[in-house]
Amino acid sequence: MDIFIQQVVSGLATGGIYASLALALVMIYQATDVVNFAQGSMAMFSTYLCWSLLQAGLPYWVAFVATLVIAFAGGILIERVVIRPVENAPILSIVIVTIGLLVILVSVAGWIYSYIQKPFPSPFPNKPIKIGNIVFGAHDLGAIGITLVVLLLLFLFFRYTTLGLAMRAAAQNPTSSRLCGIRVGWMLALGWGLAATFGAVAGMIVAPVVFLDPNMMGGIQIYAFAAATVGGFTSPLGAVVGGFLVGVTENLVGTYVSFIGTELKMTVALAMIIIVLLVKPSGLFGRSFVRRV
Amino acid sequence: MPALLEAENLEAQYGWTKVLHGLGFAVESGGITAILGANGAGKTTTLRAVCGMVKTAGSVRFEGQRIDGMATEDIVRLGIAHTPEGRGTFMELTVEENLRLGAYVRKDRGAIARDFDRVYQYFPVLGQRQRQQAGTLSGGEQQMLAVARALMSRPRLLLLDEPSLGLAPLVTREIFRIVRAINKDEGVSVLLVEQNAAMALELADHAYLLETGRVVMSGSAAELRKDDSIRRSYLGY
Repeated sequence: MDIFIQQVVSGLATGGIYASLALALVMIYQATDVVNFAQGSMAMFSTYLCWSLLQAGLPYWVAFVATLVIAFAGGILIERVVIRPVENAPILSIVIVTIGLLVILVSVAGWIYSYIQKPFPSPFPNKPIKIGNIVFGAHDLGAIGITLVVLLLLFLFFRYTTLGLAMRAAAQNPTSSRLCGIRVGWMLALGWGLAATFGAVAGMIVAPVVFLDPNMMGGIQIYAFAAATVGGFTSPLGAVVGGFLVGVTENLVGTYVSFIGTELKMTVALAMIIIVLLVKPSGLFGRSFVRRV
Repeated sequence: MPALLEAENLEAQYGWTKVLHGLGFAVESGGITAILGANGAGKTTTLRAVCGMVKTAGSVRFEGQRIDGMATEDIVRLGIAHTPEGRGTFMELTVEENLRLGAYVRKDRGAIARDFDRVYQYFPVLGQRQRQQAGTLSGGEQQMLAVARALMSRPRLLLLDEPSLGLAPLVTREIFRIVRAINKDEGVSVLLVEQNAAMALELADHAYLLETGRVVMSGSAAELRKDDSIRRSYLGY
């Protein structure tokens, strides 16, 4: 039982990382119908920037917030410079552009910082926290906490602010949004900015665990795809629940199904994608909204 | 006094196909102007041209200021509200959120709150459905929502595209009654595009008749109602 709870908590911690990145994917998908393959590498690049800030002697949380701001601006810049010119191209062309972006970001990071793994600090104490017989990693609990705070902020933003409402409107019905005076192009750019910010959160939380290297988000991006697919690519809430679900499932299967262990864990994510696509392609929370015809 | 909206030599095209061929028309301040015509005459395109939603040539002036070539969202900010063909409802948002988007360009929070009450007075049914997803409204209710959303921006000019489309005659009559009330009480000028010439001529003070992208006749609504060719072709008696 103790092992079970421990595995669930550490599954939730990695799940939170998947959730943040999945959320970033879903935000861009909802606004533009594009799956952004560069989401993970954008996150990786942000994390390297944070590392540089830390090397320069900034305190952790200052560097953390500064990285979020830089990632936000970077996301907007990428939308304006790289995505905007192909805005009206077929979806496949845009997807290829995001794959190109992935390759560029990984190479540039490798060129600047080299491909050698770097340790990345955690803001949480090294000492495990013991409750009864169960030992939790402080970083795990912190990761869950940060994820939940970010999600709460996002929810409040979309639910209660006019800007959040305008972003949802622009994603749903651009023509009507323009007629309401909404600058749709900027809303899309803002979406990229926010997505880049969540990615940066994911990157900085995961880096202490997997170490910093240009390819560190490759596997995580696949888990994020699984999370978004499980939850439904049209639902931010789904992406979050999907993230936690994938994290926990992966951990439990790895622990209790002996032939899978840690080596075949990623297969679990892929299997989840396939099962969801076969059984309920719109995902658990995918929208099948009511419309009168 | 110059007209509120004035178009001269207005042309519009989709791709290589020209749809409007040098249109001229004016909307008097405080009036209701109708544009009549059969399917494909260019009525919807005329409204879209005013709002910068198609490629145009020629000039459009709003309160004396050239607005042709401006971006749609900037034209809207000048005080022109457009209730588009198909109503432009945000299907997945609630009625209340749709109305909030109507007031997006305004900053005066207190007045916006009062305007919610005002549009719920005009359209009580929307008041009852504030939290309902707009996609679940009936066609007539969605048309009401579209007009209400336009009102929320406090426009000086309301462009109405075919409000009768797909609605029962009674519902259409109700909507027309409210449009007249809005015009009288709020002083909102209206440019109305309609296939239903009989109802449009009842509502409007002034009308233009379009055929294949050209104005073929214009005058006061009373004059046009009496015109023999209009009576036969468009009023059907």
